[in-house]
Amino acid sequence: MADKLDDFIDAAAGALDLPLEPAWKSAVKANLEVSLRHAAAYADFPLPDDAEPAPIFKA
Amino acid sequence: MTDITWASAAEIAAAVQSGKVSALEVTEQMLAVIDKRNPVLNAFTAVTAERARKKAKAVDAVSNKAKLPLAGVPFAAKNLFDIEGLPTVAGSKINRKRDAARRDAVLIERLEAAGAVLTGALNMGEYAYDFTGENVHDGPSRNPHDPERMTGGSSGGSGSAIGGGMVPVALGSDTNGSIRVPASLCGIFGLKPTYGRLTRAGSFPFVGSLDHLGPFARTVRDLALSYDVMQGFDAADAACADRPLESTTPFLEQGLEGLRVAVAGGYFRNGASPEALGALDTVAKVLNAREVAIPEANRARSAAYVITTTEGAALHLERLRTQANDFDPAVRDRLIAGAMIPSTLVVKAQNFRRWYRDAVLALFKDCDAILAPATPVTAPKIGQVNFTLDGVEMPVRANMGLYTQPISFIGLPVVAVPVPLKPLPIGVQIIAAPWREDVALRIAHALETMGVAAAPRPAL
Repeated sequence: MADKLDDFIDAAAGALDLPLEPAWKSAVKANLEVSLRHAAAYADFPLPDDAEPAPIFKA
Repeated sequence: MTDITWASAAEIAAAVQSGKVSALEVTEQMLAVIDKRNPVLNAFTAVTAERARKKAKAVDAVSNKAKLPLAGVPFAAKNLFDIEGLPTVAGSKINRKRDAARRDAVLIERLEAAGAVLTGALNMGEYAYDFTGENVHDGPSRNPHDPERMTGGSSGGSGSAIGGGMVPVALGSDTNGSIRVPASLCGIFGLKPTYGRLTRAGSFPFVGSLDHLGPFARTVRDLALSYDVMQGFDAADAACADRPLESTTPFLEQGLEGLRVAVAGGYFRNGASPEALGALDTVAKVLNAREVAIPEANRARSAAYVITTTEGAALHLERLRTQANDFDPAVRDRLIAGAMIPSTLVVKAQNFRRWYRDAVLALFKDCDAILAPATPVTAPKIGQVNFTLDGVEMPVRANMGLYTQPISFIGLPVVAVPVPLKPLPIGVQIIAAPWREDVALRIAHALETMGVAAAPRPAL
């Protein structure tokens, strides 16, 4: 996973045209790991397919 | 007005209305206090002295001052609020190059329309992505109860200015806890209204889905007075609700009769220090609160975290590309990571948010307010990276919002009340159902009357 995340960060920085100096990378990775852990905490929460997201656009 | 540093807004307004003191005298005294204390507390990043004198003179020239509920009341605003003539820096270096604002934020206009006098702009964590009150560009705002300690963030200057007696009312913003955390650490009252209640027009955003604006004060009445004059629909903020004005000041003294109070258990006790639990239990006891479980609070905090980092990244994407070296490095690295989160995880966070909202709102069928700690600990030392609880080391930055994030996530109104523990105060959240700021303020006022909640006066 660690290597895959390194690869992902390099690829994402390139694709998104984000600067990523070598000195920043470990902190970016640590932050991304925290965020992905948080995402894992709710992403598997069972919701029905018709569950609407909180912000609903009104025309 | 013998003691301007600890006078309430209500006392100042009454004295100005009755002619006992002029708004200009109050302003001059307050500016002198700021001059003396700000070099220690670093709460203000700009003092608008000339503007304040001009406004004070205008208030003094009004013949019927009874029409001005905040006549001559000095106030200051977190530096993400537009102030005419100043660039809105939002705690950043980058924004210093912005054009000066051409008009004030709407909430500043509304406070001044009620007779209040703006004295300056307040320090904050960069782009509001902060729980410490530290700022690499301006230096940390400092806690009035111990200047070696954090104010909490991101509205750290607001906490310091109120707790340090430099203004009786201040404005801040709260995305995940940035009003409630500094209120807790600085020992003052803070109101985070319902999401959509107060217009955000003319403020620098952070996370549109979660951003709220609100007041700080040393008394509940001052919170209510300032909140009441700031209400009202504003089409310039897409999230601002079109609701009638719902004044809270007339109901402050109704007491606790008929109100059912609960206290959050489970998640909201885990990781709390003895001080946080002691303050919570003291408040819960006097309110006869029964324990209630807020379902899935841990997931709520996580979803708020991901929405925050991704919306923040979206807001700053172009600045990250072109001015990455001008950010606070800690903020930059979080935002770059936020830009890399897959969008599916953001949509799922918003799906969960709706489920969680319905689940929490169901609790309000059986109670009118829920208590929770505001912060897990009292103010840490400036620069402190970790705190230890039950032998477990936890990072300060990430965990100061442990108990505030699951609440702002669904926009519930909260009054943070200070419990004056020694040597350092700590806050308790009084959480109400949407649009029931009146309930939270009534309970806060009752606690203040009982002496359970109070803004302790620091030795400055």
